[in-house]
Amino acid sequence: MTERIEITETSVPALPRGVKLRFDKQRDQWVLLAPERLFVLDSIALEIVKRCKGEANIDEIADDLATSFSAPKDVVMKDVIALLQDLTDKRILTA
Amino acid sequence: MTSQPSGSEPSGTPPGFPLAILAELTHRCPLQCPYCSNPVALEAASAELDTDTWLRAIEEVAELGALQIHFSGGEPTSRKDLETLIRKANEVGLYSNLITAGVLVGEDRLSSLADAGLDHVQLSFQDSEAAGCDRIGGFKGGFEKKLEFAKSVNALDLPLTANMVVHRQNLANLETMLELAVELTARRVEIAHVQYYGWAYVNRAALMPTRAQLERATEIVEEARERLKGILVIDYVVPDYYAKRPKSCMGGWGQQFLNISPAGKVLPCHAAESITSLSFDRFPDKSLREIWETSDAFLAYRGTDWMPEPCRSCDRREIDWGGCRCQAFAITGAADNVDPACALSPEHELLQALAQEDSHAGSDDFLYRTRRTGLELQDA
Repeated sequence: MTERIEITETSVPALPRGVKLRFDKQRDQWVLLAPERLFVLDSIALEIVKRCKGEANIDEIADDLATSFSAPKDVVMKDVIALLQDLTDKRILTA
Repeated sequence: MTSQPSGSEPSGTPPGFPLAILAELTHRCPLQCPYCSNPVALEAASAELDTDTWLRAIEEVAELGALQIHFSGGEPTSRKDLETLIRKANEVGLYSNLITAGVLVGEDRLSSLADAGLDHVQLSFQDSEAAGCDRIGGFKGGFEKKLEFAKSVNALDLPLTANMVVHRQNLANLETMLELAVELTARRVEIAHVQYYGWAYVNRAALMPTRAQLERATEIVEEARERLKGILVIDYVVPDYYAKRPKSCMGGWGQQFLNISPAGKVLPCHAAESITSLSFDRFPDKSLREIWETSDAFLAYRGTDWMPEPCRSCDRREIDWGGCRCQAFAITGAADNVDPACALSPEHELLQALAQEDSHAGSDDFLYRTRRTGLELQDA
């Protein structure tokens, strides 16, 4: 039986089979393609989702983003967890 | 599906691009569901497009800008070339979805479909237990086969959606349907009230739920959404005979979606052929781009210019796009009338009275979906 996944600093997020990150050239945007769904990613969401490869954990992803975009890590961390918890609850992310 | 900003171009202007294509590969199906979304006049196997024509259609629709392809039918796995078509969809970057009854395919075939690049499986259940499932689908032993099939989907780690079409005769089992979806570790379930076109229109009196049933169903779904958050995503489609505002049918006529019938008719929605005042172009007689951009059928109700009042000046005109043309045609006799599901339609009360009457019709007998019955209905 499936249980709800809670995203924490130590979670290692990944896109499961059946969820694909793709550039949509006709509409000039990045999208996540999922069962019967299409999520248009803004530039921040894209940077987060790109890092969900089943390798880095949330803490490392937040570190990386904070450095790359010169932003305070605690703020970044909050955004990352909020987005990824939402995607997890929609069953298009695993951790 | 997320709606695509499509603006308010006048109906003569082609909007951007279709988002998804429904590829109805065949009307052959081992099941006989009395609410099937196929037209009553089912196309013969001998009329089906061949493999090469489908391959061209897949290439063209990807070039047009579509992102998703739904392989459907009938039962799409009755086509032996399904692997070839999935492989092509994958090659041109289309997300592929198999819409299946799951009774023809064993683990070997499913594995070969997965190897070809299949992204997602949507499996239908007619009820949450064998007796109801097999009776409604008109296929003995179907329920057990579906359970086996779901196991195979899970074994291959493919995402599974369970599709449950609900109506008066199975709504009492809604809670166990949701339990079944959880047991099968489906990521999504669609609880879809019957939409009354084609076969479902013919079987309306045997299917229409009572208003009390509908209200209970909505409560059950809302409670389950909370309880199953993060476990099961529940999509819920309500029956618009009891609605106050129309649905945004297909996200707007000819704006996001196209459908190719087994014999190559290109339609703005799978029920569009029920609008007998329209005629439809065929692929490959014309390219998909030409049909999408210039065919009469796609232009007829695209955008907002075709709209009558009160739709035309309604502040929801680009939210619901005037609702459903097939329903307007079926109930009022003209496809450019206001969708009677809307409380502002002069025929709204009539629609509600029909629903009320049908829900208490008393007979639970189905007219099953078979090619022969379809031909008889056409002659009648």
